[in-house]
Amino acid sequence: MEKKRRDFLLKTAQGAALAACGGLIWTHLLRQEASAAALALRPPGALPENDFAAQCIKCGQCTNACPYDTLKMATAGSNMPVGTPYFEPRKVPCYMCPDIPCVPPCPTGALTKSLKDINKARMGLAVIDEENCLSWLGLRCEVCYRVCPVKGKAITVENHPRKISKHAMFVPLVHAEHCTGCGLCEQACPTQEAAIRIINPSLVQGKIGEHYRLGWTREDAITQDFAAGAAPAPAQPSSPDVAPKEAPGMDTLNKGIEY
Amino acid sequence: MHAQVQPTEEEAKPGRVVRLYTPPATLSGRLWSWRYLILRRVTQLGILAMFFGTARYGWEVAGRPLLTGNLSASEFLGVIPMADPFAVLQQLLTMHVLDKEVLIGAAIVLGFYALIAGRTFCAWVCPVNLVTDAAGWLRAKLRVPDFCSLSRNIRYWLLVLALILSVLTGVAAFEWVSPISMLHREIVFGIGLGLTAIAGIFLLDLLVVKHGWCGHLCPLGAFYSLVGRIAQLRVRFDDSSCTRCAECVRVCPEPKVLDFKLAAENGLVASGECTNCARCIPICPENSLSFNFRPLIKQHNSTATQQARRPS
Ligand code: SF4
Ligand code: SF4
Ligand code: SF4
Ligand code: SF4
Repeated sequence: MEKKRRDFLLKTAQGAALAACGGLIWTHLLRQEASAAALALRPPGALPENDFAAQCIKCGQCTNACPYDTLKMATAGSNMPVGTPYFEPRKVPCYMCPDIPCVPPCPTGALTKSLKDINKARMGLAVIDEENCLSWLGLRCEVCYRVCPVKGKAITVENHPRKISKHAMFVPLVHAEHCTGCGLCEQACPTQEAAIRIINPSLVQGKIGEHYRLGWTREDAITQDFAAGAAPAPAQPSSPDVAPKEAPGMDTLNKGIEY
Repeated sequence: MHAQVQPTEEEAKPGRVVRLYTPPATLSGRLWSWRYLILRRVTQLGILAMFFGTARYGWEVAGRPLLTGNLSASEFLGVIPMADPFAVLQQLLTMHVLDKEVLIGAAIVLGFYALIAGRTFCAWVCPVNLVTDAAGWLRAKLRVPDFCSLSRNIRYWLLVLALILSVLTGVAAFEWVSPISMLHREIVFGIGLGLTAIAGIFLLDLLVVKHGWCGHLCPLGAFYSLVGRIAQLRVRFDDSSCTRCAECVRVCPEPKVLDFKLAAENGLVASGECTNCARCIPICPENSLSFNFRPLIKQHNSTATQQARRPS
């Protein structure tokens, strides 16, 4: 009897240990897969990556629906979560169909049907490599500006003084507020390797944080002094009303860098 | 040979000559004995072809896409949604709310296998079955012995683990690594490294353990085994003609389900682990096995007992 019980307990412990080891390896695999997700550009209307990863059942119905064969399914070993839909704009960009045919077939809601206007899609963000952009080097290119479907909003061309020459340069600038990440610019860019690329915004976009006040753009207390023709405002605290608990950038500055 | 059950003293029926299976001499006889095998291959390849044709060539019927998507989730003729209930279960465990289309799809598929077809998915739909059957065939030809023995219950552990890990990691744990989905997806949407996983399964089945993947490890098979317990479609077992030659056990990929004692009691193969592959049916020299639905089997058995009771 004793022996039987001992055997049973041992067997259970062994089984549990095996399951735990297997579970650890399995979890590691899953995390590795998931960590590659930041590199993938998703179809229009995709949920934020964590929710997308959980909800996309990898059925490929979005890719079937795309008339331009923009969307592909990641194969194993392709450095992206296997089986999920993605696109490579340099090869085939998203042409921003006004009727967004890729979204309604999605059975899981990984692509949200609340996206009704393709201009509201945020598949990624165009980023310009100013050191290799022809316009920024002083040539007249502006191809990206001209192919951009959200023309004049997502990409504008501004003039920019050139160092020695009398002539100004005309340089493209991307405005994240309007860029859908469709990638027409990346596909059209005439440089050998695209000087403008679509990237997951989380990889490039900063965030200024609460503690900065852009005084000249805001109609709040601090800006009163600057308003044209305004009477001198009563003394106002010139710092934010509530000091933020944490301001990582500032703290480093105040403390100084320790060598 | 592995898991062959020899009729024991008490099991063997007194007064009955035990004949073994002899393959039919004529071609038509052979074809007839392969009827279920041929049907299974036609079904498996037909389903693959429908997905492939719709994805690659835009096949349509009456202006509607024939079968879009893949085995994870699909839509037939643009109206009937279908989805892998095991994948959807894992997704729900990540605490996400899914659109109702995929939920209805999963319910349709779950209902079909649970109420009607049993574990039919494994032998009639799953693309990996083509691979493991090929490995099994080659294994028998080459007479490869088992390298080690594995418990057939590992798959249930993996099933539970898949569910737990889905909760913990926030992604559908098995769906994310499933070689079944990988193979199927890569056939339909384009080839990648998923085929190496399939090569792994082939080698496992060929060289390491007989029926290693489908019979021991696959959590999806485990899921459908649990789901298929009460399904209507069953292999009927006629105890009065069975000689316990055990030819069926020899070819069955889940030999444990052909437990003669249980089968005689129930008049059918009751275990949910039976894949309804019908390998056993044509091989039985006494024609003791056949497909049927539970109510008809019941009816048949009761008349059979009545006839047996009647003095002749
Ligand atoms: S919006 Fe059009 S081009 Fe872009 S991914 Fe969807 S279907 Fe394809
Ligand atoms: S249709 Fe939806 S669930 Fe299917 S692959 Fe596309 S995003 Fe994923
Ligand atoms: S298309 Fe390329 S090279 Fe031309 S302006 Fe745009 S980013 Fe620069
Ligand atoms: S009992 Fe027959 S039908 Fe069921 S798995 Fe075994 S061989 Fe296939």
